[in-house]
Amino acid sequence: MSATAPVVRDESPVSESLRHVTVTSKKFPTVFTFMTVVLGLIMLLAPREGETKFRFAADTDFFAIPSVAVPAMPLAWVCLAILVVLTVLSWVLFLQERRTPWALGVLFGLAFLAGFLGWGGAGSVSDFPVVRLVSSSVLLAVPILFGALGGAIGERAGVINIAIEGQLLGSAFVAAVVGSITKNPWAGLLAALLAGALVALVLGIFTITYRVNQVIVGVVLNVLVLGLTTFLFTQVLVPNTSQLNQTVRFPAIRIPVLSEIPIIGPALFRQSIIVYLMYLAVPLVWFALYRTRWGLRLRAVGEHPLAADTVGIKVERVRYRAVLVAGAIVGFGGAYYTLVAVSQFNRNMTAGAGFIALAAVIFGKWDPVRAAMAALLFGFASALEGAMSVVGSPVPSQFMLMLPYVVTLFAVAGLVGRSRAPAASGVAYVKE
Amino acid sequence: MSASDDRPAVPAESPSVDPPGQGAATHTTKEPENRWSTAFREIVGGSWGVSVGAVLLAILAGSILIVATDENVRAAAAYFFARPGDMLSAIGSAAGDAYAALFRGSVWNYRADSFADGIRPLMVSLNYATPLIGSGLGLAVGFRAGLFNIGGQGQMILAAIGAGWIGFSLQLPWPLHMLLAIVVGMITGALWAAIAGVLKAVTGAHEVITTIMLNHIAFYLLFFLLATPGLLQAPGSANPKTPPMQSSAVMPKIFGSGYHLHLGFVLALLAVAATWWLMERSKLGFTFRAVGENPRAARVAGIDVGRTTVWVMVVSGALVALAGVTQVLGTSTTGFSTDVDAGMGFDAITVALLGRSNPVGVLGAAILFGAFRAGGATMQAAEGIPIEIVTVIQSLIVLFIAAPPLVRAIFRLPKPGSAPRRKAGDPAKEVAA
Amino acid sequence: MKLELRGITKRFGSLVANDQIDLVVNPGEIHCLLGENGAGKSTLMNVLYGLYAADEGEVLLDDEVVHFDGPGDAMEAGIGMVHQHFMLVPVFTVAENVMLGHEPTRAGGRLDLEQARAKVREIADRFGFHVDPDAIVEDLPVGVQQRVEIIKALSRDAQVLVFDEPTAVLTPQETDELMAIMRQLRDDGAAIIFITHKLREVREVADRITVIRRGKVVGEAEPTSTDAELASLMVGRSVELVVAKGEPQFSDALLEVENLEIVDRDGLVLVDDVSFEVRGGEILVVAGVQGNGQTELAESLLGLVEPSSGSIRLDGVELVGRSVDGFLREGIGFVPEDRSVDGLVGTFTVAENLMLDRLDGPPFVKGASLQIGARDEFARRAVEEFDIRTQSIHAPAGRLSGGNQQKVVLARELSRELRLLVASQPTRGVDVGSIEFIHERIVATRDAGVPVIVVATELDEALALADRILVMYRGRIVGIVPADTPRDVLGLMMAGIAPEEGSKVA
Repeated sequence: MSATAPVVRDESPVSESLRHVTVTSKKFPTVFTFMTVVLGLIMLLAPREGETKFRFAADTDFFAIPSVAVPAMPLAWVCLAILVVLTVLSWVLFLQERRTPWALGVLFGLAFLAGFLGWGGAGSVSDFPVVRLVSSSVLLAVPILFGALGGAIGERAGVINIAIEGQLLGSAFVAAVVGSITKNPWAGLLAALLAGALVALVLGIFTITYRVNQVIVGVVLNVLVLGLTTFLFTQVLVPNTSQLNQTVRFPAIRIPVLSEIPIIGPALFRQSIIVYLMYLAVPLVWFALYRTRWGLRLRAVGEHPLAADTVGIKVERVRYRAVLVAGAIVGFGGAYYTLVAVSQFNRNMTAGAGFIALAAVIFGKWDPVRAAMAALLFGFASALEGAMSVVGSPVPSQFMLMLPYVVTLFAVAGLVGRSRAPAASGVAYVKE
Repeated sequence: MSASDDRPAVPAESPSVDPPGQGAATHTTKEPENRWSTAFREIVGGSWGVSVGAVLLAILAGSILIVATDENVRAAAAYFFARPGDMLSAIGSAAGDAYAALFRGSVWNYRADSFADGIRPLMVSLNYATPLIGSGLGLAVGFRAGLFNIGGQGQMILAAIGAGWIGFSLQLPWPLHMLLAIVVGMITGALWAAIAGVLKAVTGAHEVITTIMLNHIAFYLLFFLLATPGLLQAPGSANPKTPPMQSSAVMPKIFGSGYHLHLGFVLALLAVAATWWLMERSKLGFTFRAVGENPRAARVAGIDVGRTTVWVMVVSGALVALAGVTQVLGTSTTGFSTDVDAGMGFDAITVALLGRSNPVGVLGAAILFGAFRAGGATMQAAEGIPIEIVTVIQSLIVLFIAAPPLVRAIFRLPKPGSAPRRKAGDPAKEVAA
Repeated sequence: MKLELRGITKRFGSLVANDQIDLVVNPGEIHCLLGENGAGKSTLMNVLYGLYAADEGEVLLDDEVVHFDGPGDAMEAGIGMVHQHFMLVPVFTVAENVMLGHEPTRAGGRLDLEQARAKVREIADRFGFHVDPDAIVEDLPVGVQQRVEIIKALSRDAQVLVFDEPTAVLTPQETDELMAIMRQLRDDGAAIIFITHKLREVREVADRITVIRRGKVVGEAEPTSTDAELASLMVGRSVELVVAKGEPQFSDALLEVENLEIVDRDGLVLVDDVSFEVRGGEILVVAGVQGNGQTELAESLLGLVEPSSGSIRLDGVELVGRSVDGFLREGIGFVPEDRSVDGLVGTFTVAENLMLDRLDGPPFVKGASLQIGARDEFARRAVEEFDIRTQSIHAPAGRLSGGNQQKVVLARELSRELRLLVASQPTRGVDVGSIEFIHERIVATRDAGVPVIVVATELDEALALADRILVMYRGRIVGIVPADTPRDVLGLMMAGIAPEEGSKVA
């Protein structure tokens, strides 16, 4: 064998040598079938009469779009027919060992929605407020979305952040107090970011330094923050509401031109600064995670901390930084509660949004953009209740209130399945 | 690297011809599924000194909160430099009065005239402890099997629905009616928990998220049932509340009508014994523990991990449901509303952790937290201190217990074993790097 | 650059992993560190690399004492390491892995991927590799992943290169190529430390040899030494790897595997149309480089993996489709590849582990309850019979040494009424004394008329145990050959090259 000219075989990747067969999943056709049957049953068991009026205009639109009135049951039947066709198509694809494309899923979702809304709004004197549905979807998604971004960053670095709920609640509280004392929402926002980071710091100390189980610390932190904020609220804020719990809210800002676009203009571009920061945060977090040194090291630490260590990366330091940044991002979501949505803190006002954010992280497969989409979906599921109540829907309001949680349950259990988390997520790094 | 090579075994082993081979506890770092058990082992492994230290630290933190938010202390602080004694005495009276009220409300009412009245707070504490024992046991069984059942709220609600509906709607003689209500409540709670088990077994959905979602769903389900005439709502009322339980379904008071303590406490004690037997002496418990400690090895040994997961949730849910049942059939029998769970599901987490997932430990932790609740109520009534201070103290206790090095550092407790430095700690862990 | 280790001592608790080790490696030299599994080689290298802090001793580079707080310092000083378990992030690309830790960036912290790719290409070209900088590492074959590790070290201008058991995962051909690369690096002036326990490789490539046993340097050897000389230095006594076993006496028992196909979640065919038979009283060794479908094949024989098609029949009874429990009830004994993960519950006691898969009834379970007395009595007997060295039957199994853990697994499996035994790498990471014992028990099982399948990645073990050898490559059977097939033919078969005249059925 020559010492200077090594003979090297041409390596072909293993995947070319191993035979490959197509694996298809029954998930889509099964879900489609289920949903089609549900809508069909609703329509058969509770048929309704009259028209459904969809209102596409906001009060102050530049172009006034007239409301559209559609005969309710025919609309619903047409939609149901589309659903049946799509379901059959999905099964055919499955039998041919082909995957159901995502576009089909989106189409299915829209048709289901149109059918359901048509049925729900039948015969109502009120118009179905489409613009309001869109805008409140976005608004209800704000804390979930910021929470999901923070959660995604943490898990990418290897720290499961169950304490999103506590971070939201804690930063909402601090934003309320600081915002009230200073009468300046910007000061409140800054304080909220610090509060989110502070909860994250505690999470970091226990999980990174003391290597306590991350889920336990997260759950206990949530309870701790809930207890603390409620205690202080009752003991300190309630007796001094005007000084300590009366914030000046961020005003809505109209973006020129964009805000005049029909439907989405009034829904998306007549919002407060925090909503615009949210629009910016999603691409920024994506860029930071995938295109910067910070993101590369952060992901390395979450996937294979030992490998990162052997190239001289300080695993614990990277994790601390990631967790603190994530906490601050969640802080934006907390600030939304007391600086945008309302001007007062109230006990347990986050009501589980942090856990929905956690589900959005998983549903979004630990990717900031997908997690944001998931957050919007949950926001939409929550917004539907308000919109349905305007038209006096026949569905009991409790079931509509249940909807986001049911959607989350389905999302985590059904459509995602066993998706792949960052390999070292949840595992403390024990070096020596 | 050293993952399969050069891994020293634990030195405690007797000298043998074996060079160190595949070593101890590799799965703690290699296998994420097993991280639960690692954490619980860490908690279980801590000394009792740490537990006591954690409780003291948490109470100290609670005192600081009470003092800092006390009106008189703040008033005195305004002229601290003029008359520092005022502030110090204000601090003393704020904390002292608070803990005096806590004691008076939970253990012994020293202001009472008779023994019968003096002992009443202790009975109240045990009464508060009753549902915590059941739910804490449920959580503990889950922990031992590697499942984090945060669905206590939902399971208690479903148990209340089941037991409550039997309890107020049927007409049956006494023990039969009560027993039927208990059994039905436990079954409905167990089935609700089983949903999360099935989802985990079939799709791998993490139980923390699914149980939390099921909590919200259960809440709105109960809300719907209470708000809809003809279902759970009391007839002729528009309030979201059920009718009172039939007397034939109510659990009798143990020490007569003078004390609140009811049969549920006895049931909870029986549950402690049953859980101990289940986990330590039964085949089912053996499979629970095997799956919790190492699901892969369990699977190789022919244990159906998915089915075991469902059973764990069923048992866990049934125990939590016992808490819901005792609430509606024993503690407040005049009908229940959406707050029937009273935050017990989350308290159960802290109870199970403080009790180190051990049935007897859970019993002790539940009584301690029951006392906190009873005393907290008195503290709120007498001193105007919000009862949430109890939640704060409870969660701090668990945090401190989970991080023994922190507590040891604060109290300068010795480390278990003789190893003086961190680097010389657990050899199994060291070599895992 | 010259590397010198002086008096390195590293203790873990009361165990001394490295005891006063001295070592000098000169530039332009391949220095072999030879020692058994667990001799302390990797610990020493982790000290050198800054992963462990030495309790005593010092590291010198070019005669200057250096101190490393972490791997970063070691790399900075010019030390590179090719780890036994690759230190690569599986979901990253080659370029991302190579640049990790010293990333070139543009304005605003943006990664300069182009520069990283160029670096990969430049080093790859220098050594004639073909590596796509944008390939995802986990999609690459093991041999290529190892080259990524080498590129990673070279991209940091390493002048001292440590290869930690680099051939464990390679085919014989890939091993030859790796040695050529090592020689080329040496000729470029690098100082190379090559850690191994395989004697042939040592003699082929080493310039100098240092032998380590139980944490101590026990001697130096010349590359011209014979295998026997090196082996006795390494083990401390002469070793007899040949297992005493007679001609197979076939019984009526029969395992038939037919057209077995196993597909993973992504549709990769891991076991591809595999058919073979094993008769009672016969040991069939499934040989091959790790990761060629043997693991999945073995797991399918216990129902752990559901085949997508094909059949597994034991004495004519179809087993495919049953649960693991169903397989176990048919009398299948299984020794898993990774015992600490799959074979034992580390926190359970020895006694509990000994009954782990025997929950289906007496003697250990009656009704719903465990029979503690019967369990402990059985455990005491097993500990004695299998020479399991433990303080007590109530000690956690995770605290035992590797060899004793394996004996616990064997004791459990062999104490049942068996109709088939499947043992995956039964002696991996096990000391020599236990190896002999384990081999004897496996042969005894075969002599009792049970069909036995042993999965082996090391040729020595394959040749020691086999009555016939089945060689797998990329999920397929390359051939089934007699036990007296020459080593070089088997080596070629492990690389996927079927023997010219070696019949498919032996």
